[in-house]
Amino acid sequence: MAQASQDQGAVGIADPDEDSPNMIAYRKIEDIITRLQDETEGVPVRTVKSFLSKIPSVVTGSDIVQWMMKNLNIDDPAEAIHIGSLIAAQGYIFPISDHVLILKDDGTLYRFQAPYFWPSNCWEPENADYAIYLCKRTMQNKTRLELADYEAENLARLQRAFARKWEFIFMQAEAQVKIDRKKDKTERKILDSQERAFWDVHRPVPGCVNTTEMDIRKCRRLKNPQRVKKSVYGVVDDTQTQSPVHTPSQQSSKDTREDVEREILFLNTQLDRHCMKMSKVAETLMSYTEQYLDYDPFVTVPEPANPWISDDVTFWELEASKDPSQQRVKKWGFSLDEALKDPVGREQFLKFLESEFSSENLLFWLAVQDLKCRPLQEVAARAQEIWQEFLAEGAPSAINLDSHSYERTSQNLKDPGRYSFEDAQDHIYKLMKSDSYPRFLRSNTYQDLVLARKKGKSLTSKRLTGLMQSS
Amino acid sequence: RDACAEPHQLSKGETIHTLKTESETLKAKLEEERAKLHDVELHQVAEKIEALGQFVMKTRRTLKGHGNKVLCMDWCRDKRRIVSSSQDGKVIVWDAYTTNKEHAVTMPCTWVMACAYAPSGCAVACGGLDNKCSVYPLSLDKNENLAAKKKSVAMHTNYLSSCSFTNSDMQILTSSGDGTCALWDVESGQLLQSFHGHSADVLSLNLAPSETGNTFVSGGCDKKANVWDMRSGQNVQSFETHESDINCVKYYPSGDAFATGSDDATCRLYDLRADREVAIYSKESIIFGASSVDFSLSGRLLFAGYNDYTINVWDVLKGTRVAILFGHENRVSTVRVSPDGTAFCSGSWDSTLRIWA
Repeated sequence: MAQASQDQGAVGIADPDEDSPNMIAYRKIEDIITRLQDETEGVPVRTVKSFLSKIPSVVTGSDIVQWMMKNLNIDDPAEAIHIGSLIAAQGYIFPISDHVLILKDDGTLYRFQAPYFWPSNCWEPENADYAIYLCKRTMQNKTRLELADYEAENLARLQRAFARKWEFIFMQAEAQVKIDRKKDKTERKILDSQERAFWDVHRPVPGCVNTTEMDIRKCRRLKNPQRVKKSVYGVVDDTQTQSPVHTPSQQSSKDTREDVEREILFLNTQLDRHCMKMSKVAETLMSYTEQYLDYDPFVTVPEPANPWISDDVTFWELEASKDPSQQRVKKWGFSLDEALKDPVGREQFLKFLESEFSSENLLFWLAVQDLKCRPLQEVAARAQEIWQEFLAEGAPSAINLDSHSYERTSQNLKDPGRYSFEDAQDHIYKLMKSDSYPRFLRSNTYQDLVLARKKGKSLTSKRLTGLMQSS
Repeated sequence: RDACAEPHQLSKGETIHTLKTESETLKAKLEEERAKLHDVELHQVAEKIEALGQFVMKTRRTLKGHGNKVLCMDWCRDKRRIVSSSQDGKVIVWDAYTTNKEHAVTMPCTWVMACAYAPSGCAVACGGLDNKCSVYPLSLDKNENLAAKKKSVAMHTNYLSSCSFTNSDMQILTSSGDGTCALWDVESGQLLQSFHGHSADVLSLNLAPSETGNTFVSGGCDKKANVWDMRSGQNVQSFETHESDINCVKYYPSGDAFATGSDDATCRLYDLRADREVAIYSKESIIFGASSVDFSLSGRLLFAGYNDYTINVWDVLKGTRVAILFGHENRVSTVRVSPDGTAFCSGSWDSTLRIWA
């Protein structure tokens, strides 16, 4: 290999933020790898005697799994095996006798990858390099270096692709073989295996995950997306392809004066904000969750059964029926929002309001919701219609607004838009919430529904008290 | 609170340097003020609630049909249909319950990173490297070519990362690699409102769940999560505690808080009333980024998909992990809970989708 020094280490990365999107993960893995190799706290790396030779610098899979469970706070060996396999798949450790990069919790032998080959060096090796590699493997008469079937196929494909310059590839391969021969036998064993593991990452066994695939959304921020890629074997390739990037990256905007001024205004607004204490926040988050736990299929088994688990759609049929279950009716009592969200709840509330001759409030609220859902083209006309129906002098469904909201709305209607009725809608909502809604919950209609005794089912008294809460 | 009571005067003579110093001072002051209200940790208060039992969550359906990485999915309001999109340009509508494919469209671009189901169930929206968001009405006639009725709605100057219908089929909210979000009128394709404030790609957005709400949250490569007023286009709140890209944002079901998933391998919970990060979900053994998050119906559980091929399930209040789900053979790119909370769907780079319950 052209540059085989183990001391080479990672190619200098000035700002990890700006390079490979996986850099954060790489640094964490490298930290684990360093700890794994620690003389006192790490795994035992030994030379294992095999049939006629010695296997240098190896560690067993189970040693790695044990270490990870102990040092990374992992209870389940399956989790340790999973992470270990990911670390292997990324190219930091590898089994010495297999191209497939997974971790096994047994006596399988593993070796650590040389820092030169670490993924954090942002390798994107070209096919020319791969061709040189496969070619030189065929030149060395060693069983341990024999090509696997898929490698032989790859080589054949590359020979066709590089037909014109195969002589060049061949010469480079020969040169590499020469360099390798000069090295110490044990060192060579280790380096050969590391080199193979490198290619197992960049040209994985068919069917294995290619961990070098990148999320295209993150590619753009690579420091130099059109950079000339470095060769594993120091070869300058004139047919080099560019990194696959869809559009040239925009320079992340430097803060302009305007940006900072805007930020200052924003910060000042935030400083004026009245915030809630954490203890209160925690209580509200907890009580919300507590209230809905019975409705959460992941926590409380739905009745009669979860369709996805039981292959029975009764649960959905019941939810779709116009005849609401007690549980569903109970939910209407949680908040006005819940009652309005459920079409049957909405219908019942409307009926109740009609009985009190105040249905125009809800009708107005619904009309404004509908307005916000209309195509732009229809908005102005529809807004006028709403004004006529609910707010104009002599309106057929006149609602009661405070004079302030009325004025504002009247002004808005001069240039009618989707949000012209926001103030009015807000006022009416608050009115319904504090006045009609609690009365609805106390009404006979609602109480009948929520207390209805179905066959074999009834509410416990605990539930009853919860219902009387107004939101 | 003396200096802040008066509207701030910005003198032209101030250099960017002095302005930046001022900004830093304000940030420190803001942090100080917020910290005063941080009297307890969420997980401490949550100690008194009952721990959840052991969970048995399994893959109940596996949807095979995409030829390449699944990048996004969305549920139909009917609680069983889904739409999914992939790297090879295919958008597929499935009845996830039967695993049957009902519609398929081939987009003219690769990397379809965003897709959404319309509230009516009659259309889907999608987009990606084409920088657009297009709406396809779903035809009942299986033989009809969906691509023929395609409607181009949104136009950005970089990739479309996420899209979502508002409460109707008539408006779509989009986020893009161009650093902006935008609200569009579907029928006319007109831009109704744009949202500027992120300083890098916006990767995700989520509309507030309230019937009366007009806000949404977005997250991006500038490590910020921003809350926006849809009516004015204003950024009303901003949170910046992540150490890397925010890949996903999702509201807590009450709308008072939201969760994020990030490349820094953590998920976090931010509360809008406290204007602060209130929980962080992480483990030493979780090394790879979280790509997607969603809450269970009650908000007690947070499902998070990661780039290490797993899904971790977190107890939102106690801050502990309650389950780790294996199964996918490559990165999990998207996780979404069904509208009635009976299941969640995960999509992966292994080209499959899985329904878990």
